[in-house]
Amino acid sequence: MKHTFRQVFHSGKFVVGFSIFMGLLLIVFVYPVIIKYPPLEVIGQGTFFPPGIYVNTFDSINAPTTYTLILDNAAAKRISNKLSNDDRLAMKEWLVSDGIPDTQIDTSDIVSLLDLWEKNFDPTKSFPGMTYAKERYYQRVNASLQGILSTEAEIIAAQNPQTNALEQTGVVKQTDYVNISNVANVRVLLLGTDNFGRDVLGELVKATGVSLQIGLVAGIIATLIGLALGLLGGYIGGFVDDIIMFITNMFTVIPTFVLLILISFSIGQEKRGAVTIAIVIGFTSWVWTARAVRSQVVSLRNRDHVNLSKLSGHSIVHIIATDILPYIASYVVMAFILQISSGILSEAGLSILGLGPRTTDVPTLGLMMNWAMIYQAEILGKWWAYFPVLVTIALITFSMNLMNTGLDQVFNPALRD
Amino acid sequence: MKGYRKYFLNKLVWFLVTFFFAFILNFILPRLMPGDPVAGIVARLAQGMTNTTGVQAIYQQYANLFGTNKPMLEQFFLYVRNVVHGDFGFSFSQYPRTVADVLKSSIGWTLALQFPAIIVGWIIGNTLGALAAYLKKGFDKVIMPISIFVSNFPAFGMAVILLVVFGVGLKWFPTSGGYGFDLIPNFSWGFVWSVIVHYQLPFWSIVLIAIGGQAIGMRSMSIYELNADYVKYSRFLGIPDRKIVGYVFRNAMLPQVTGLALSIGTMVGGALVAEIIFSYPGLGFTLLNSVTGGDYPLISASTLIITVMVLCANFLIEIIYGFIDPRIKTAQAD
Repeated sequence: MKHTFRQVFHSGKFVVGFSIFMGLLLIVFVYPVIIKYPPLEVIGQGTFFPPGIYVNTFDSINAPTTYTLILDNAAAKRISNKLSNDDRLAMKEWLVSDGIPDTQIDTSDIVSLLDLWEKNFDPTKSFPGMTYAKERYYQRVNASLQGILSTEAEIIAAQNPQTNALEQTGVVKQTDYVNISNVANVRVLLLGTDNFGRDVLGELVKATGVSLQIGLVAGIIATLIGLALGLLGGYIGGFVDDIIMFITNMFTVIPTFVLLILISFSIGQEKRGAVTIAIVIGFTSWVWTARAVRSQVVSLRNRDHVNLSKLSGHSIVHIIATDILPYIASYVVMAFILQISSGILSEAGLSILGLGPRTTDVPTLGLMMNWAMIYQAEILGKWWAYFPVLVTIALITFSMNLMNTGLDQVFNPALRD
Repeated sequence: MKGYRKYFLNKLVWFLVTFFFAFILNFILPRLMPGDPVAGIVARLAQGMTNTTGVQAIYQQYANLFGTNKPMLEQFFLYVRNVVHGDFGFSFSQYPRTVADVLKSSIGWTLALQFPAIIVGWIIGNTLGALAAYLKKGFDKVIMPISIFVSNFPAFGMAVILLVVFGVGLKWFPTSGGYGFDLIPNFSWGFVWSVIVHYQLPFWSIVLIAIGGQAIGMRSMSIYELNADYVKYSRFLGIPDRKIVGYVFRNAMLPQVTGLALSIGTMVGGALVAEIIFSYPGLGFTLLNSVTGGDYPLISASTLIITVMVLCANFLIEIIYGFIDPRIKTAQAD
């Protein structure tokens, strides 16, 4: 046993796959311990907030201490943040259409550009070929330019509840800074929010856990059924084997996906929990294990040690447990690994069809994908809603297959390099 | 030719038996489930209706339509008769179209998309796998990890990536539909071109997925054959390498043909999901619509059609296999 493990962990492929998988598992277990936000809490009022650090504006203005930092490029950064390169080119385009020579306009020199703009821009002016949308765009740009070069402080005012008049409560200078640790509310959304306004990262970690559970349950069920049928058919043979092979052959040809769809739809939305889906997947995917186990057992059945055991009068259960199972254990483990990964993929495929677990209580990788697709995240360019999910699925299946190939190379001498 | 008859008959009987069981499963699975499917449908349709007699009337109508108020055996014969007549009832979600009508318009798209894609993927995959086994070294080192990664990538994932890169990012191809939404199907150049352009992304996403798995299988089969005794013997005889490679790949190919027969069901499943991602007007998209619309007759009919398609493809491959595997010829001649 010890020797086998040492051999397995000497296989490079297995080790890589194993480390990826363990890394994922570690994240699934450790992340919720460190970050205790509920994964399905709706926090964003709106869809698909981009990834980043969200700092509460109110709290930063009211931070207990403010610091003054004199940074050279602060003003330039402020301007370029408000006025992107595209905006500058668009401004240039407008000015050129207005009749100002191309050479006089320098988009890198903000001051002269703004100067020209202020002198010439007329929001009511429209050029032939300019759409209404474009006209509105220029009006918006013009509005955002108001006060862009000012160096004055902004005044904070609050409404007095008695008089309803605005009273100055503070002044924010352009050189004011707060330390982020002094801001009461900062939320790091490394992967932004999804279509419901939920934190994608927390959801993803939770979903990975649930999907792995689904894969595990489906894999255990499929392996147990496949193992039982394969052992029965292979060892007993005869009529039992014929029947089992008949059923197995039939289910290899009938597409599993279709069976999954039919069963999941019949179960109904209310009764479809993650576990139910896992059980359904397990009950439809045992075929390959059964075939592999049976062919192994058939070749083992007439080996000398098995015959000796029979002659000694051991029971069938004893023979199977001590003389057959140890020989096929490595195959079963490999098949089990593949079953887990295909179970996760099946769940994802079902969920995309809208037949996955019901959406309210647990996230799964497939459901996250499904919602991202429904809200067209891929067309809108909201990569954080679907790409991490895809990467996670690919990492899980990839690591499992690597482990499987590694094991295969250890246990199957014909495949060794 | 005579020797094949037994093989064909055997396969044909097997095909019919499998078809029969698939048919029964298709009939029985939804009916085995706890709860009355008609009650579910009526509950959905009658949402907000307060008139109990009205609800009752709707219930009766649907119960009659599906025959769920009759004993199981009678329902089965009713179902068989309807299916033989191509009558799958009305689609709920696209009423007043019949299910047969909906399927007729989508099945062509699926056939035209999936079968060429799977075959092209199979051919490219096998060629790459064989090359990787034969050339070894650099080529193998590059092709294998890519193939393993690609074959582990979920089918919809590949579709999404292609869609984002080539559809949204580079804008080379449209992102959804089977043809431009502003066109009416006809045989003009504009329409055909639009169909071709819309075809590319779904097609290649299915091809790419198929390539990975096939390349891995073909590589290990070829390596196994390249080490076989007959190869060494032929080398001793001085038969040119090119000729030996021909033998090797012919032998390695056979299990791959069987492999295609066995995996075609899974491939179609993945391809259906790829159709959904691209909103391609085939069976996958129809299935999605019927699931979201709770359209029970449409689901049942589309799953039946998909099963039939897969079974037919399987049967066809088995027949072709009979022709190309000489062992079958000799076995049948005995």
